[in-house]
Formats: sequence, C-alpha cells, structure tokens
Amino acid sequence: MTPLLKVESLTKRYGARIGCSDVSFDLWPGEVMGIVGESGSGKSTLLNCMAGHLAPDAGRVMFDTRTEGLQDTITMSEPERRMLGRTDWAFVHQHARDGLRMNVSAGGNVGERLMAVGARHYGEIRDSAEDWLGRVEIDASRIDDRPTAFSGGMQQRLQIARNLVTGPRLVFMDEPTGGLDVSVQARLLDLLRGLVREMGLSAIIVTHDLAVVRLLADRLMVMKDGHVVEKGLTDQVLDDPQHAYTQLLVSSVLQV
Amino acid sequence: MSDYNFAYLDEQTKRMIRRAILKGLAIPGYQVPFASREMPMPYGWGTGGVQVSAATLTPEDRLKVIDQGADDTTNAVSIRKFFERTAGVETTEETAQASVIQTRHRIPEEPLTEDQVLVYQVPIPEPLRFLEPSEIETRKMHALEDYGLMHVKLYEDIARHGQIATAYAYPVKVEGRYVMDPSPIPKFDNPKMSGMAAIQLFGAGREQRIYALPPYTQVVSLDFRDYPFEASKADAPCDLCGAEDSYLDEVIVDDAGGRMFVCSDTDYCRARRAAGHVGAQGKTEDAA
Ligand SMILES: Nc1ncnc2c1ncn2[C@@H]1O[C@H](COP(=O)(O)OP(=O)(O)OP(=O)(O)O)[C@@H](O)[C@H]1O
Ligand SMILES: [Mg+2]
Repeated sequence: MTPLLKVESLTKRYGARIGCSDVSFDLWPGEVMGIVGESGSGKSTLLNCMAGHLAPDAGRVMFDTRTEGLQDTITMSEPERRMLGRTDWAFVHQHARDGLRMNVSAGGNVGERLMAVGARHYGEIRDSAEDWLGRVEIDASRIDDRPTAFSGGMQQRLQIARNLVTGPRLVFMDEPTGGLDVSVQARLLDLLRGLVREMGLSAIIVTHDLAVVRLLADRLMVMKDGHVVEKGLTDQVLDDPQHAYTQLLVSSVLQV
Repeated sequence: MSDYNFAYLDEQTKRMIRRAILKGLAIPGYQVPFASREMPMPYGWGTGGVQVSAATLTPEDRLKVIDQGADDTTNAVSIRKFFERTAGVETTEETAQASVIQTRHRIPEEPLTEDQVLVYQVPIPEPLRFLEPSEIETRKMHALEDYGLMHVKLYEDIARHGQIATAYAYPVKVEGRYVMDPSPIPKFDNPKMSGMAAIQLFGAGREQRIYALPPYTQVVSLDFRDYPFEASKADAPCDLCGAEDSYLDEVIVDDAGGRMFVCSDTDYCRARRAAGHVGAQGKTEDAA
C-alpha cells in the first residue's frame, strides 16, 4: 500500500533558530496523526511546511496524488499546489477568522471551494452549503448570515464545513479546539470524530491538549525543540511514555 | 497653437504609456502597471483615461468625449476643452465621426469600427478588490487563474437580492483567461465589448493601471447556469426618439413627479430624431 503522505527529513530554520528539524514519517490512508508538544516546540512550523504555507529548508513532502501517484508537493508548481489546497487538502486554522471570509455569508464561505473548482450552478452550490451546515450542526436558517454574527464554536464549525465540502483526502488542523470553552470544545471534538470516521478522512492534528489526541489520533508524535522525540500508537505513547519529556508531558496533564 | 507639448504630456511619458498600452494589447485583460502622472485635474475626473488618450492621439485625430453617454456634461466638456487647447485636435459629438472616443460609464450605441479607439476612464481596475484587499494576493490570483472568489461575489448577490444585483462594473472574462473589470459601464453595455471592431483601452490614474482589448476579443460576462447573465435595461422605449434598443436614463421632468425615459447616448438620440424617429413625448418636448 502507498502512504497518503510521506514526509522525509523535513527541516525549517528561522535564521539560527530551529523551527523543526529532520522530521520523517508516513501517514496512511484513513489515519489520524496527532502532533503534541509544548509551546514553541515547532508543531505549527512543521504543519505549515507540510501544507505548503511555509517553504522548508530541506526535506520532501510526498503526496499520493489522484492522477500521478506520489509527488513532491514542495517542488511541484504553485498552480498544482494551489489546486491540491482547494481539492484534496484542507487546512483548519486555530482562529476561525484566519480560515473564514468574515464579510461573506456562511453559504458563500462553504460554497467558495466548490466555485473555485468550477461549480457554476447556484442552486446546487446552495444545496451543498445547506447540507454541510447541517452536518456541522448549524441551522440552515443561518445560511445567509455572516460569520461575525456567529459564536466562536459556530465559526469553528463553519470553518470545518468550508474545508470539507470538496471531500478532501487530507486535513491539516492547527489547534482546532484552542481558544474555545471546554464544553464547546467537547462538542466540536465529537463532531470532528464523527466526520473523520464517516468520511474516512486522513488528518494531521496539532495540539497541546492530550485529551484531543486521545480522542482523535491513531498515532502520535511528540515534539521538543523542533525535534520529534517520541512517536507511536496514541495509547501506547500516552500510557507508557518512554522519553523523559513525554513522561513529563503526560504527568503534568494528569495532575490537572 | 499653444505652449504645451502636444497633448500636454512630454514625449518621454507618452512613450512610457504607449509601451504599457502595447503590453496590454498583447495580453488582453491583464492590468499593466504604469507611472501615472499628475494631471491638471483631480483624480476621479478621468486622469487615467486622459493620459491614455494623450498617448493615443495624433494631430489628425478627431476626438469625442462622453460622460454617462452625454457629450455636454461638465466632465466631458472640460476634457474635450483640455485636448482642444493642448493638442489642437478637432472634436466632435458624432460617434461615427470620431477616431478616438474617451468615455466614462458608457459604450456608444452605434457600433464602432476598426478605425476607432475607445478609451475608458477606470476608477478601480481590480475586479477582485472588494473581497480581497491585498494587492499581492490578487496578483497571485490572476497569475494562477484562481477566480473562485469572483463567483462568491455573484453568489452573495443572489443570496441577498434574489438575483445578480450587480448592475455596473459587471465582471467579465477575457478570451477565457483574465477576469476584468469593465469600468462602471451598465451591464447592458457588456455584450458590446465582445468582438468589438475598435480597440478598447482602459486607464486608471490613481491606481496606475492600464489594460486593453484588441479588436474582436472575446469578452464573456460571468454568471451561473441557473442565473444567466442578462444585459438588462429599463423596459421602455425612449420617450424622445422611440428607440427600443438603447440604454435609457429616467429623468424627472417637473415638480409633479412627471418622469420620462430618454436615451443616455445623447448623440444616438439626436441622430435618430434628425432621421425622423419620434418617441411618445418627442413632439411636446420639441415644442417646449
Ligand atoms: N516567523 C518566525 N520567525 C522566527 N522564529 C519563528 C517564527 N515562527 C516560529 N518561530 C520559532 O520557531 C519555533 C517553533 O515555533 P512554532 O510556532 O512552530 O511552535 P508551536 O509548537 O506551534 O508553538 P505553539 O504551541 O505556541 O503554537 C519557536 O522557537 C518560535 O519562536
Ligand atoms: Mg502553533
């Protein structure tokens, strides 16, 4: 079987400072990978390098494209990469306002990716938007409201709908539940888990909340100072951490 | 003649503008940056169009200037006077007699020919601007033909108004490639742009952009399959000349709320009346 994503020796420096260093792993179809680590450990840097938002200094990010199999997304042309970014890939930002158009209605936000890939029938676009609002538990009557009129949790759910509407195969998420109230987080997590299962999505989720990875991730990578210090099956890593830093991370959570 | 260089601008500047125009003609619909000059009139008065006209005019040309279809509005009169003084060219109000036509907000009703150049005054050249404020990002979107956002605007129109409410500056796609703002002409005029025999030049002074359509360029108005583009106008004939096919302005004629529809293209209306066509109120108007 071919991995969906094959990351090889990915490295990004900011001048003398290390963003992430020599990261390699395979992501298999239908798999959810969690990336945890304390603030500044390089999680977002790694995610943004993989998603094509940042240019790494070294390494490869191979994606199993529909037509040509494994392709290095770093060296592919920008139009090809953009096309991936609005079809097979999706990116959920921590702050919904970074991932939404705040001056466009909820329906327009969900419909944008469809229109970007050539949808030209208003009625069909609107039907898809309504369907997706329903799937993220936003009432269809809110379809013409702007996200500015939504709560934080609703905005985040709208961002997810906007990303999943084109049926992507790989979703990058950076702290998707960060900044939300605990009860809102729980509901969002439930929703995400349902969607991941139902759509057979592959995902890479960055978080520093171990509860999130416990619930969503099949496998886990632990980062410290830009390096991956431990990786393995989620339950294994959390229940029997090998690296001293992971032990600290797990125990500090348990104390809370 | 006058103490000005021909058509006000120095030769160096005109050459620079001509290079931008030629580049624009070579890449239809692409916005070419140019170093816009201070003109002796405020922005918003068509400084972009004036500079393009200045670089296009030759002493043999005959110039027509229209504003909202009319030759006699302040803006049109002052631009015409400007070129009479600085270039000494002949001017005319008759569309067919003009070799260069500078326009704000309209395309003449009479079909233009291969011997003519139409110069549009453009306030905001970037059709993606209203949703994407970053210039870097919009340039990238043009370069990569990433135009989904344009349809988002139309989607929002329908969601809010039940139809595509954009009536002016209705976005078009040029030769299947660049999305272009046709300047604030009514969408009724959009179909005239496509396959036009005349050269069409667009000048934006404040935003420092020139773009162009060579003769016989395909120009398609964006739409949805279930909400097709319509070149709509007031559903009435002109009250003065009876024309059914021309774009109409609604004008208030008295204090009692009396209204009438008249051709916005004043030369077209005048020519029709001279040829004997009469609208519903044409007679009374002439008598008054
Ligand atoms: N644009 C930048 N310029 C310089 N250094 C940067 C930049 N972005 C990140 N860094 C540095 O790179 C390292 C990794 O940062 P990164 O944002 O990837 O961490 P993170 O794990 O996502 O942290 P957090 O949990 O706070 O989001 C940090 O030392 C950070 O200071
Ligand atoms: Mg981060």
